[in-house]
Amino acid sequence: MRIDCKHVWDHISAYIDGEVDAQLRAEIDKHLETCEICSAVLDSTRNVVVLYADDRVFEMPAGFSERLHRFIDKELKSNFDLTGAE
Amino acid sequence: MKNAPNPEFEADCIRGILAGEKHLFHDLIRPCERPIFFLLMSILRNEADAEDAAQEAIVKIYRNLHLFRGESQFRTWALSIARNEGLGRLRKAETRREDSLDALSEDQTGDFTPAILTSWREVPNQALEQKELAAVLRQAIDGLPEIYRNVVLLRDIEEMDVRETAAALGITEGAVKVRLHRARALLQRSLAPRLKGFAPKRAGLFGWARTRKDESREDKSR
Repeated sequence: MRIDCKHVWDHISAYIDGEVDAQLRAEIDKHLETCEICSAVLDSTRNVVVLYADDRVFEMPAGFSERLHRFIDKELKSNFDLTGAE
Repeated sequence: MKNAPNPEFEADCIRGILAGEKHLFHDLIRPCERPIFFLLMSILRNEADAEDAAQEAIVKIYRNLHLFRGESQFRTWALSIARNEGLGRLRKAETRREDSLDALSEDQTGDFTPAILTSWREVPNQALEQKELAAVLRQAIDGLPEIYRNVVLLRDIEEMDVRETAAALGITEGAVKVRLHRARALLQRSLAPRLKGFAPKRAGLFGWARTRKDESREDKSR
């Protein structure tokens, strides 16, 4: 069975995550061999996913961790009863 | 996966903290700081508010540690406390944003067709050395409706798996997959035209990037 472009787009995210079954994967691969549009859509989507995984896109504010751990220290010294007893 | 959780280490820390070795909480929470902060950024959309909420959420995590049963991963449990903190603050400031809580229903019909391209030159990760590219990527995330933003943040930015993302956000695994698919389609559509400029130029015959027109002209001349 030939699948159309729309069908490929519907599964593109699952395809990237390796979550489509073997038969569907084979059909999509076959479609991609001859469809330059779907190949470009897949490549660009995958490229976007790869870029977002890079820590440089979202950086923590400077000094966040230091401020947080100072805040935690204050709490640890407060003698809050951790056993949950009222 | 970033900062892959280590359940044994976590269990040891928690036992220790509850037995009085409170300082271990610093080590326990450290791997969760980044996802907690960015989840709160996604919900509150303001760095100062997100930092403040992260501190409050982390104190709640500490104070409720005896309630953690180990049925889920510690990070998942911590993230759900952070999410509640964020949503609670959002409710208090309800009028601030329109697309806040349930502006979008799950079966929302939207146009999730991708940007149609005929070729794609990969933008390598090294291009992120340009601050401008990172800014373009952040803006695109910021433009997503919240339900998609939270999912893409945990799945693609913090690289958590489907199961943990579902548990942290209190939604089904199916909903995670649907939202992630839509989020990626929306991101591809808004980013593809803008990212092209960050791809390395392939030098053509005359030293500039080849266009499809050049290529098809060459094909004909063969």
